Amino acid sequence: MEYVLETRDIVKRFGGLTAVDRVSIGVEAGEVLALLGDNGAGKSTLIKLISGVYRPDEGEILMGGKTVRIESPIDALAAGIETIYQDLALAENLDVGANIFLGRERMKRSLGVLKVLDDPSMALEAQKVLDRLDIHIPSLKSTIKTLSGGQRQAVAISRSIYWDAKVLIMDEPTAALGIAEQRKVLNLVRTLKDQGIAIIIISHQMYDVFEVADRLAVMRRGVKVGERVVKDTSPDEVVGLIVGSETVGKH
Amino acid sequence: MNTQDTGTLPRKALLGSGALRAFIGGRWVIAFLLLETAYFCFRTEGFANLNSAQILLFYGVQVFLLAVAELFVIVTGGIDLSVGYVLGFASIVSIKLIVFLGNAGLPAPLALLLGGAITLVIGLVPGLINGWLVAYLGVPPFIATFSMLGVCHGVSELLINGIYAMGLPQLAADIGNGHFFYLAPGGIVSFFTRPEVERGVQVLEVIPIIVVVTAIVVGVFAFVLRRSRFGRHIYAIGGNSDAAVRAGIPVKRRLLGVYALSSFLASLAGVVYAFMYVSGKADAGASILLDAIAAVMIGGASMFGGTGTVGRTMVGALIIAVLELGLRMSGTPTFNKYILVGAILIFAVVMERYMPESRK
Amino acid sequence: MSDDSGGFLATGLGRSLANNWAAFFLLLMLVVFSMTGQNFLSIVNFQNVVHLQTVPLLLAAAETFVIISGGIDLSIGFVMGLVSVSAARLMQAFLASGLPVGWVIVLASGIVLVGSLIPGLINGIIITRFKVPPFIATMGMWGIANGLALKLCQGFPVAGLPDALPEMGNGYFLYALPGQFMSLFGKPSWFPDARVRELWRLIPFSLPFILAILAVLAFALKRKRFGRHTYAIGGSMDAAVRSGIDVDRHVIKIYTLSSFLAGIAGVFNIFQTGIGNYTTFSAMYELFAVAAVIIGGASLSGGKGRVWSSAVGVLVLAFLENGLAISGVQPFYRYIAVGVLLVIAVVIDKLFPNLR
Ligand SMILES: Nc1ncnc2c1ncn2[C@@H]1O[C@H](COP(=O)(O)OP(=O)(O)OP(=O)(O)O)[C@@H](O)[C@H]1O
Ligand SMILES: [Mg+2]
Repeated sequence: MEYVLETRDIVKRFGGLTAVDRVSIGVEAGEVLALLGDNGAGKSTLIKLISGVYRPDEGEILMGGKTVRIESPIDALAAGIETIYQDLALAENLDVGANIFLGRERMKRSLGVLKVLDDPSMALEAQKVLDRLDIHIPSLKSTIKTLSGGQRQAVAISRSIYWDAKVLIMDEPTAALGIAEQRKVLNLVRTLKDQGIAIIIISHQMYDVFEVADRLAVMRRGVKVGERVVKDTSPDEVVGLIVGSETVGKH
Repeated sequence: MNTQDTGTLPRKALLGSGALRAFIGGRWVIAFLLLETAYFCFRTEGFANLNSAQILLFYGVQVFLLAVAELFVIVTGGIDLSVGYVLGFASIVSIKLIVFLGNAGLPAPLALLLGGAITLVIGLVPGLINGWLVAYLGVPPFIATFSMLGVCHGVSELLINGIYAMGLPQLAADIGNGHFFYLAPGGIVSFFTRPEVERGVQVLEVIPIIVVVTAIVVGVFAFVLRRSRFGRHIYAIGGNSDAAVRAGIPVKRRLLGVYALSSFLASLAGVVYAFMYVSGKADAGASILLDAIAAVMIGGASMFGGTGTVGRTMVGALIIAVLELGLRMSGTPTFNKYILVGAILIFAVVMERYMPESRK
Repeated sequence: MSDDSGGFLATGLGRSLANNWAAFFLLLMLVVFSMTGQNFLSIVNFQNVVHLQTVPLLLAAAETFVIISGGIDLSIGFVMGLVSVSAARLMQAFLASGLPVGWVIVLASGIVLVGSLIPGLINGIIITRFKVPPFIATMGMWGIANGLALKLCQGFPVAGLPDALPEMGNGYFLYALPGQFMSLFGKPSWFPDARVRELWRLIPFSLPFILAILAVLAFALKRKRFGRHTYAIGGSMDAAVRSGIDVDRHVIKIYTLSSFLAGIAGVFNIFQTGIGNYTTFSAMYELFAVAAVIIGGASLSGGKGRVWSSAVGVLVLAFLENGLAISGVQPFYRYIAVGVLLVIAVVIDKLFPNLR
């Protein structure tokens, strides 16, 4: 099957450091690809390349088999790539609706001519998407600052899927959550997968990976050192790949 | 500069009940303004009347405009130290231009209009440079705008050679000090122009023109901050500029816009200054920078960005204006004002820490 | 950025040039002004410039510590004015009570120097205990100190102080008329006042005074635990807390030191001018001090800066003004030049981030 999103030999350097070194990965529709690696392996940098935060020094990004130019976050969003960052990237001083629509605010005409923010309709849409994902937040008017870690995560996820993502990238979506909330997020991932979205998920939690992922790719010091189909591998083998004790397998 | 921010204080510290704190938070400023006004009404003879309210607003217009300018910048997490000298610069440029246009044969009303308008356009330049330095070159706002302060100061003094800019037509003073209505004894009401009365007869002046102009401008910018996409974006930038970038907000362009806007408002304050005082000088706005920033902070904005509203900033500015006039009318030397503004400023920020405004 | 800084900057010369560009700029400026301005290149002019910069040097040193710690102190200019006015008022009171002049000067200076610890102490406490950002806390203190100073002097400089003050404040170690005589610490009493300009007056008292203070501060910053902690706090507040530094205490000390140095500047000011001066709004001492520190290579985000580099920053601004004046350029260009220099300093810092 054809990849929805693919990188080919993509490279990113920070000064002398090559954070991502000729990495090629791809993900199909309705598939969950897990991206693993130790701290500093280059996972976050790789997804920032895909989502337009950084520009690659070399290599290319393809969508549906065609090369795309992703030079800014706007390009990525326009191409249907939504990203939930490790630090969530929410504006804590704004409310739920404002965050879901950040950068793509709904406007309405007031007094016939003036274009103003349409907060009521943004709140309504926010409520709808939260309902669809079975997420409960006491008041949509409360600022992100007052929400719990899981609620924030839920807002970040809602924001991504509201915009009809083709590809959803999640950087450690369960890292800061309690057990119950982790469960909820994993269920969400399954729901989205069933809706045909291609998902890339970064995680340090082996449990998560074996729970939801179909395939996994392992990075070490900027290089992709292995790729496995989840049902054909074991946690031990994967840990070996991550820390580098296992010989590099099928490359 | 923000490394010493370690978040809000432990909530239990001051008042046990969260609900009480949440109620007080954000409301005490208004209560403070009312109490302060009541105090001067009782203590100071002649304070409680229409005229002193008008005086207070009239002499406050520069602070109101600069406070709004500063608010926009502070919401993004920046600071603009140059507004005071941009004000001075604009006061000089507008007078030079108007005099020049007048000499070139333009009738006074046209010269005023054109000169004022051109000044406002020129007034964008310092802000565009500030914004370019901050957004595109990564110069800290404090440094960029202080540099601009120096440049505006220097250029202003060069324009006037260290003295005043003068020579505005009488019409400018008529507008700058004009009122909408004049009431004279015997039921005489006159619009815009002072009625001819005998010497010694009291004419009641109602609603200064520039106060209305200022109110409209402040209202427009309150609307922009609250209801426009631009406003929403600058809150997002101040709240989490990384998030703003990743959400696709053109952060650099917005910052450029914010500094330009700040400089525009400062220029407007400068043109208004020229009309009010019929003179322009380099340091016309130097001493009100503190008042403008203090008004924003007393109004509950955070130095680190992301919060603050025009309404509350105006309450902050009024607290300072009432204080100044109240002290002056009760014969207390005005330097007490500096002490009190400094103290209220610190008090306000401490209050904001203990009792953050609860936003529903 | 850092990948293209390979070539020239990798060389020793390139590195030290970028690293100390302010010092090189100062040298360059001295050469240029020596050619454009008559009388610029002379010992007398140089020592006068340094003498007149004693106050800015002290304030810049104060600001150096604060900025390295990641803060800012906007109150120093007005604290200086407050100290100066208070000292003058005290001297007047002591003189009126019939105290001998020597005692009047010593007592008043001592009292205000101790008193100058207070604004900084308050700043530090407000910043650490109440978590008020330094910008705001010290801005509040700016208003308070300014108001108090104006209250004490009623808006006029305080005069009627002992003549001994300016004589000491502007005295020199060495007086000489070439080929005729030489005397130490003062001109010979027989030499007429009117001809004092013909004398060579060398080494103002202020010079060793300011050098000693800067040396002590530089030493404390570079070699003592106090300085190490200051850098640590500015580099990373969290790391400093976790490594067991009592950050709050240290921050309070830094602001107290800053205000104390402003106090010394205030006392020096009274010695130099012979009157108690309040600080005007347009003086902007604190902003110029910050400018000097930044030109000297510190960063407003903390963790970087050196006392001697800040001193170089002050001299860059001072010789710029002096050189422009002597070369007959209108003084107003100075303000513009400061602005441009400041931006250059920061942009250089941005371009070569990993140098210091
Ligand atoms: N903006 C940047 N500038 C310089 N170096 C960077 C930058 N961002 C990341 N790096 C470096 O690139 C390398 C890869 O970082 P990255 O954040 O991609 O790792 P990661 O795999 O996401 O690690 P973690 O599991 O800890 O999140 C690290 O060595 C990091 O220090
Ligand atoms: Mg990461």
